[in-house]
Amino acid sequence: MELSGAEIVIQCLKEEGVEYVFGYPGGAVLHIYDALFQQSDVKHILVRHEQGATHAADGFARSTGKPGVALVTSGPGATNAVTGIATAYMDSIPMVVLTGQVPSPFIGSDAFQEVDTVGITRPCVKHNFLIKDVRDIAATFRKAFYLATSGRPGPVVIDIPKDVTDPNIKIPFSYPKKVKMRSYNPVVKGHLGQIKKAIDLMLAAEKPVFYTGGGVILDNADKELVELVRMLGFPITSTLMGLGAYPGTDKQFIGMLGMHGTYEANMAMHETDTLIAIGARFDDRVTGQIAHFCPNATIIHIDIDPSSISKNVRVDVPIVGPVSSVLGDMLQVLKESNKSPKSAAIHNWWKQIDEWRGKRCLQYDQHSGIIKPQFAVETLYRVTKGDAFVSSDVGQHQMFAAQFYQFDKPRRWINSGGLGTMGFGLPAGMGIQLAHPGSDVAVITGEASIQMCIQELATCKQYDLPLKIILLNNGYMGMVRQWQEFFYDGRYSHSYVDSLPDFVKLSESYGHVGMKVEKPDDLEGAMKEAFAMKDRLVFMDVVVDPTENVYPMIVAGKGHHEMQLSPGSEMI
Amino acid sequence: MRHIISILIENESGALSRVAGLFSARGYNIESLTVAPTEDPTLSRMTLVTRGDEAIIEQITKQLNKLVEVVKLLDLSDGPHIEREMMLIKLKAENGRRDEVARLVDIFRGKVVDVTDNTFVIEVTGKSAKLDAFIKAAHEDSVIEVVRSGPLGIARGAKGLKL
Repeated sequence: MELSGAEIVIQCLKEEGVEYVFGYPGGAVLHIYDALFQQSDVKHILVRHEQGATHAADGFARSTGKPGVALVTSGPGATNAVTGIATAYMDSIPMVVLTGQVPSPFIGSDAFQEVDTVGITRPCVKHNFLIKDVRDIAATFRKAFYLATSGRPGPVVIDIPKDVTDPNIKIPFSYPKKVKMRSYNPVVKGHLGQIKKAIDLMLAAEKPVFYTGGGVILDNADKELVELVRMLGFPITSTLMGLGAYPGTDKQFIGMLGMHGTYEANMAMHETDTLIAIGARFDDRVTGQIAHFCPNATIIHIDIDPSSISKNVRVDVPIVGPVSSVLGDMLQVLKESNKSPKSAAIHNWWKQIDEWRGKRCLQYDQHSGIIKPQFAVETLYRVTKGDAFVSSDVGQHQMFAAQFYQFDKPRRWINSGGLGTMGFGLPAGMGIQLAHPGSDVAVITGEASIQMCIQELATCKQYDLPLKIILLNNGYMGMVRQWQEFFYDGRYSHSYVDSLPDFVKLSESYGHVGMKVEKPDDLEGAMKEAFAMKDRLVFMDVVVDPTENVYPMIVAGKGHHEMQLSPGSEMI
Repeated sequence: MRHIISILIENESGALSRVAGLFSARGYNIESLTVAPTEDPTLSRMTLVTRGDEAIIEQITKQLNKLVEVVKLLDLSDGPHIEREMMLIKLKAENGRRDEVARLVDIFRGKVVDVTDNTFVIEVTGKSAKLDAFIKAAHEDSVIEVVRSGPLGIARGAKGLKL
């Protein structure tokens, strides 16, 4: 089979089983677009901005576990994609981004639409390639998909100069069956000695806590996790990225931890004697002040990435390996040992935790005449029976969603945790909806975030993506306003979102259904109506209390035991 | 503490900038960095000198290992090793001082590799401290130009950093 470079690009995508490519054409990728036009296996989704392409590919990847693919042109196409690449990088999302490049002889000449894409993306990719020869395309794609999906996953960029895809130069094509790189060998199994040591510690623990993160979801280790946690009977808390790996409604789940985590989760972290960290990276939003972090704990840390271990917090028993395999080994060691945890101590530990739970740290004013954002999320949870895919943007609404939508399944909660990218929610929702046609996909957003990628409403129309956009409209960049209220004596510098569009008319002009809800009593009915419209995108402009803040909160420099639970309350 | 790290890395364009970029992005410092292809032309060997406490050096080696193009690395400071740096130094050597400079070169086991009526170019090899000492010994106002390679390192004993 003789193919041109452009045809090889498409053929490689087919070989990798790629169903959707999210992209935007331009000069440097015209040959590839021409090859795309002449086949129907790989479907192209035309976004309205390259940032949307990368976020949509990312949402597709997060909700399926398969690598997302984006295709953009050189220069501004590539730079617009960078935010989405960095977003995926921070959350370890498998993605392959194809960027056009000016023809090889022009590289370095400041040609039209030329940027050093490999240079610009280097710090925010797992790896990147510049293809210099049509004969290298197939091997490079094979490596790129392997790198993106193996070990600690991440985005990989392939920069393709236009001459490499010349339709007039055809070469024989074969796709490499195997890929081997002497410089890249991710660990496939945890060290058994370390695993046994960890199990001994867990069995001797009196106040243990599981602290799990996005790594559990990335490695599809939820089943092993649930079995292990239930077998031991220990409490479990999760990071923002890990929500859904362990059922949020289960009684052993004590809520999210960290800056806006629950009182019981953070207090358990502070008091624990044995911390079992799984696929989590001790991010600053999770640990609070490092000096106060888990002062009494022996720390076990399971992670695929050796550089995550002891990066921010020294750990006692590191286990490098894929989470699913390590947890599988732990289960086996535990079963063979015939030993069980210290039941009396664990019983007392639960008594203490239930006492903390008794503070009901997430309570809010249920009788307000204005819609509380928490109430809106709870209503969404009820209406969707807790079974929707939920993507979010970044800010207060993201925290409310994480606190009040209890995710029972992995890959249902899709948000930009590491980079905190406003504008992520809507395009990510497109990727999720394409991957899961017929499923309810809710985009929880704010009036500031949604405007960062609002152009994608057109993409949703073109491809009939019936998202349900729940805009928690408080008129402010809520999280910025909250910090200005707390730490800048209420000087609300440029956080008021003035001159908002009429979102109902705006969504109608894109061909969607718009709704505005202003009263708490109207919300549930309106949401039911919206979700009943299975084939329409419904944009719900929900007017919420502009003064509401996210609690509990650990302010910067404080430890887990120094939370503020409600307005005006003393630090505990 | 000062550490000297040897790295085997794929001899590909961009590999060096990945290493350099890692250090600037994560705020680690590089005291010196040398790089050249090995006997296997697909591999380059880098010798990198850096400073940091134990936790930082641990992160540096882990982050370097994480770079896809890094094949192997070794912190030479973990064991006995040999370090050598080479210097080419151009000194003023006018009549009346030429003998003195020549003696200095002898003492440091250097070589005069270029001569003009009033200058010498001298090659000196050794530990970095020895090169520092040579510069100090040659009077400051006689130094015209100094170029140093940065240290190279190799572990003592039978074991080698190989594939």
